[in-house]
Amino acid sequence: MDKRMTVDEAVADVADGMTIGIGGWGSRRKPMAFVRALVRKSVKDLTVVSYGGPDIGILCATGQLKKAVYGFVSLDSIPLEPHFRKARQNGALEAVELDEGMFLLGLRAAAQRLPFLPTRAGLGSDVLKINPHLKTVKSPYEDGEELVAVPALNVDVAFIHMNRADASGNGQALGRDPYFDNLYCMAAKKAYMSCEKIVSTDELVSGGPLQSLLINRMMVSGVVEAPGGAHFTECPPDYPRDEKLQREYAATAKDEDAWKAFRAKYLDVTEADYQTAVSP
Amino acid sequence: MSRHEATRADVCALAIAECFRDDGEIMVSAMGTSPSLGARLAKSTFEPDLLMTDGFNLLLRKALPLGVAPSDHDVEGWMPFGAVFDTLWWGRRHVMMGASQVDQFGNQNIACIGRWEQPKAQLLGVRGAPGNTINHVTSYWVPNHNARALVAKVDMVSGVGYDRAAALGPNTSRFHEIRRVVSNLGVFDFNTPDHRMRVVSLHPGVKLQQVIDNTGFELVVPDGLDTTPVPTPEQLGVLRELDPQGHAQKEVAT
Repeated sequence: MDKRMTVDEAVADVADGMTIGIGGWGSRRKPMAFVRALVRKSVKDLTVVSYGGPDIGILCATGQLKKAVYGFVSLDSIPLEPHFRKARQNGALEAVELDEGMFLLGLRAAAQRLPFLPTRAGLGSDVLKINPHLKTVKSPYEDGEELVAVPALNVDVAFIHMNRADASGNGQALGRDPYFDNLYCMAAKKAYMSCEKIVSTDELVSGGPLQSLLINRMMVSGVVEAPGGAHFTECPPDYPRDEKLQREYAATAKDEDAWKAFRAKYLDVTEADYQTAVSP
Repeated sequence: MSRHEATRADVCALAIAECFRDDGEIMVSAMGTSPSLGARLAKSTFEPDLLMTDGFNLLLRKALPLGVAPSDHDVEGWMPFGAVFDTLWWGRRHVMMGASQVDQFGNQNIACIGRWEQPKAQLLGVRGAPGNTINHVTSYWVPNHNARALVAKVDMVSGVGYDRAAALGPNTSRFHEIRRVVSNLGVFDFNTPDHRMRVVSLHPGVKLQQVIDNTGFELVVPDGLDTTPVPTPEQLGVLRELDPQGHAQKEVAT
C-alpha cells in the first residue's frame, strides 16, 4: 500500500485535546516538520508524551500545549529548554514528570497493551508524590516486593522522523541510537512517519544494516518525505543539530518580540518556506 | 596551570576518581566536566576495567581527553539509551551526577527550586535520578559547596537518600548506595550508624570551619580528619593529558 502523503495531510486528524506521542530524544531526530504542521493547524489543549526537546518547548510557546508527560525536556547543548521552563515557572502547564526509565516502561506497557509495567524506579523519590496517580504493586511471588506500577502511556497519534523510508512505511534509522520511535508507534492508535528521503524498498534494505530497519509498515498509517524534517534538531548521519538556529530559538523565551518574529519567520510558514528560510 | 603543581580542580578530579576504586567491570556514567575527568583518570590508571561511553552511545576502549571525538579504533561496544536503561536496571553501573541540592542523608535534587507545582526555577527535572539511586551505586559532585547546595531539606527528592531508602525496608532498598559526595571543599560519605553525611577529608588548604559554615546541616566530623590526597606527579601528568584545555580548572570554585 502506498502511504505517501503530505505533512499537513498527516496532521489532519489531530483534534483539540488529543494526546500526541513525539519520537526522537531531546534535541535529536525530532519530527519537527510534524511539530511545525501542528503549529500551522493551531490545534489546542494538546497533551504531548515525549522525551522532550523543542517539540514540547515550541508547543508551550504557541500556547497549544495543555499537558506534558516527559522523562525530561532538554535541548542537549542547552540543557534547560527555556520555553518549557517559562511555562512551568508561570504555572501554565500541567506536567507529569517521570523518571526517564519509568517513561520507557510506560511506552512499553502501552505498546504491549498492558495496564502497567513494574519497576523499582521511583520508589522513595518524590516522583510518587508529584504524581499521585502512580500506584505501587506487590509482587505475587515469594519475594513480595513492592514495586511502582508505571501506567501505560497510550497516545492517540504518534509522530516520528526517520532517515529513510519506503512508500509503504518501512522506516530506517541510520544514526547510532534508534531511541524508542517504534514504541511510540505501537503506543498510538495511529502513527505517522516523516523521513529525509523516500526510497525504493531495495534501496532501503541495501542502505544500511538490517538492524537499522526500526519501523515496519504495520506501525505507520502515513509516510511523508520531509527533507530537513528534523531540523533544527540533529538527524545523523544526514545533518547535525543547527546550533545557531537552536540558540536563536532559545533566546526568544526571554523576549516576546523576538518570539513573534521567530514564529512569523519559521513557524507560520509552509514547510517548504521553512526549509528555504533555514537553507544556508 | 602547571604540569607539576596540583590545583584544587586536580585534587577534586582525583577524589572523584577514587569514588570508582574497586568498581571493576561495570559501566561508569559521569555527568559534568570534573566527573568526566575523574572517571577517565580512574580508567587510565587504577581501574582499567571500567566501561565508559563517549557520552552518547559508543563504549570506548580507553579514556580519551575531554572534548576529543572517538575514532573507530577507540570503540569497543554499543550503548544506546535502551541499553543504558537495561544496564542500570541490571545494576552494573555507578553514576556520578550533579546535585543542585543534597541533604544530610544524601537525598538529591536536580528537578526544581521551590514548589514543584509551580517552581521558582525549573531545573533539569528528575531525569534518571530516581531509577539510578534505587538500582545501583550513585555518587554526587558539587562544584560550589555552599549552604544553598548542601541543605537541611531538598526542595524535591530526585535521587533517593538513606532515610528514604531505609523507610522502604531492607529488601526494596538492597541495591541503594550513595557512595560519596565530592565537593570543591572536601570528600563526604554516609558511613555512619544512621547514614548521616560525614566528612571524610578536606582538600588541602580547606579549614573545617569553612565547610561547616557552608553546609546547611550538621555534618558528622570524625576525629583525626584526613586531608584529601594530592595527585602524584604521574597522576598529574595523566590529568593534563586528559584535560589539555583545562576545562575542569574553570569549573571548580576555590
